[in-house]
Amino acid sequence: MARTDSTRYTFFFAAAVCVACALLVSVAAVGLRDKQEINARLYRQKNVLLAAALVKPGQDLPDRELLAIFDQNIRIRLVDLKTGALLPEGKMDERNYDQRRARNDPQMSRAAPPNEAQIQRVPNYASVYLVMSKGGTVEQVVLPVEGVGMWGTCYGFIALDRDGNTVRGLTFYEQKETPGLGGEISNPKWQALWHGRKVFNAQWEPKLTVIKGHAGPPDQDPHRIDALSGATITSNGVARLMAFWFSNDGFGPYLKRFREGATS
Amino acid sequence: MSAVTDTLFGKPQRDAFVDPIISNNPIAVQVLGICSALAVTTRVDKAVVMGVGVILVTAFANLAVSMVRNHTPSAIRIIVQLAIIASLVIVVDQFLKAFLFELSLELSVFVGLIITNCIVMGRAEGYAMQNPPWLSFLDGIGNGLGYALVLLLVAVSRELLGAGKILGVTVLPVQSEGGWYEPNGLMLLAPSALFIIALLIWALRTWKPELQEKD
Amino acid sequence: MEHYANLLVKSIFLENMALAFFLGMCSFLACSKKVETALGLGVAVVFVQVLTVPLNQIILKQLLAEGALHWVHPSLARVDLSFLAFILFIGTIAAATQVVEMSVDRFAPKLYATLGVFLPLIAVNCVIMAGSLFMQERDYTFAESVVYGVGSGLGWALAIAAMAAVREKLAYSNVPAGLKGLGITFITAGLMSLAFMVFSGIQL
Repeated sequence: MARTDSTRYTFFFAAAVCVACALLVSVAAVGLRDKQEINARLYRQKNVLLAAALVKPGQDLPDRELLAIFDQNIRIRLVDLKTGALLPEGKMDERNYDQRRARNDPQMSRAAPPNEAQIQRVPNYASVYLVMSKGGTVEQVVLPVEGVGMWGTCYGFIALDRDGNTVRGLTFYEQKETPGLGGEISNPKWQALWHGRKVFNAQWEPKLTVIKGHAGPPDQDPHRIDALSGATITSNGVARLMAFWFSNDGFGPYLKRFREGATS
Repeated sequence: MSAVTDTLFGKPQRDAFVDPIISNNPIAVQVLGICSALAVTTRVDKAVVMGVGVILVTAFANLAVSMVRNHTPSAIRIIVQLAIIASLVIVVDQFLKAFLFELSLELSVFVGLIITNCIVMGRAEGYAMQNPPWLSFLDGIGNGLGYALVLLLVAVSRELLGAGKILGVTVLPVQSEGGWYEPNGLMLLAPSALFIIALLIWALRTWKPELQEKD
Repeated sequence: MEHYANLLVKSIFLENMALAFFLGMCSFLACSKKVETALGLGVAVVFVQVLTVPLNQIILKQLLAEGALHWVHPSLARVDLSFLAFILFIGTIAAATQVVEMSVDRFAPKLYATLGVFLPLIAVNCVIMAGSLFMQERDYTFAESVVYGVGSGLGWALAIAAMAAVREKLAYSNVPAGLKGLGITFITAGLMSLAFMVFSGIQL
């Protein structure tokens, strides 16, 4: 046996363990990286489809099919948030545009005006997902929304009808809220409460919000959704992020153009 | 080397594998590895994935530690064990992100916490450092299985009583879906895991009185 | 300022490491027989937590995150080493624990003797690792990491001290044989956890 207690041997052994571990870990990480990135992208795309109700929650479709549904029905476009104008198709790589990275990049984003949703930065361009009908007209638009809940930023998609006002669906695909309480924003049952509500009132002011207590059915109570019991902070967070993203600091300018017919 | 330790499935080997599953169960008896046990038991699928993860990490960490046990300088043996364990957990985490993406999002930090799971460290230091590789590997699997068993029992109780489902399949039709069962909301909250484990321990110690703590 | 006060309150009461996530259970159960020991361990955990979470945040942002290595050499700007986070975290934790252990030995030798093997065991205490993992998951800034380190450590210390106080009294109760020790401690912890849920909804 080697002199396992000598200093030189200890260093040599430690170095050998480091190299072996590093090798093992790096091979796994690098080898699997592509698959992980595909997974992350597919997961976001699946949530766009869920919000637009092109896929039902709990439906277990193989990746290829999800991709096909997405490619056949969704057109990704980029929107200049300040002006609300759509970027000409192909000007920037819509498919690979990472809105989150852009938001964190000082050259592709700007500081958000003071707001209650604790949103610090807003990207200059946001992805919007146009849901196309078979005939080539735009049926819905799916918008990415984000805002701080109780523990961290919640990320979701909200789908609006052709009128730019009626909610067709909602998903929250990434959140760090308490499971069983605030985490229920990812529960399709709660998300279903949003179907049919209207974002704007007759004066086109954003009124969509979450309230404590009981909200009636969509035709009687078009702007309000029940908060989650036991999850006050999360529910308030959702209300605030909706208020932000439908205001003129968010998708307000774009939606104005959208309902006036500018869809390409 | 005696003929018995050389066999693949002789008595010492079977004991190493079977003991930790019930009579020396890491959670209920050795009181190790409770941390991650509790937070991930809201659903059976999460518990299964965590259980499998711990089995793999404990088994292979034991194997690796045992293979180098005669060459490891005593002064750095703890950090060497930690490095091996951490590397294995990273590999498990990478595989989860690649093949079970949505589940990995739900398990989030708890996969990383396998590193500090007392079972893994406890067996590496307490068993693998003194025993040959195959025995250590079996011991790792056994302890992992014992841990997974408790996790499964708690998760089945919590998902069944809290949501009326097991693995997402409805067993007790829930009222909000048109059935008769009013789900027990407490089961979805964290404290229920502690109560269930307490009941498990009570049952185990009543069945095997030698495990009871004397004052 | 409010943001940090909020974070502090949340990490001590709302998402208490011991009573909401059940982390650090091993030493929580083993060291909570006497209040004095429990407090001592709790303070040691706070120290290690305050040291490691901010330190790991720096390591994560300056060494491991994508693009972090650009200060070494521009060609390394696209390298993303975040998969090494687990190993580096546990490394700093082991080192920090060693430092705290030596300090306790020097400045509070009686506590050192009482805590015995549980002081070095802080290195594998889930609370410490979880603090760094949550910091990574929630993308905290340095200031937030410091606040979170203090809060999560304090929360765990509070929980173990409270548990010790209850257990000291429990010694006089008539607990069924099968529940003695471990079982009744779990039930107590469950009840304490339920009690702490009363804090949810507090926002400063």
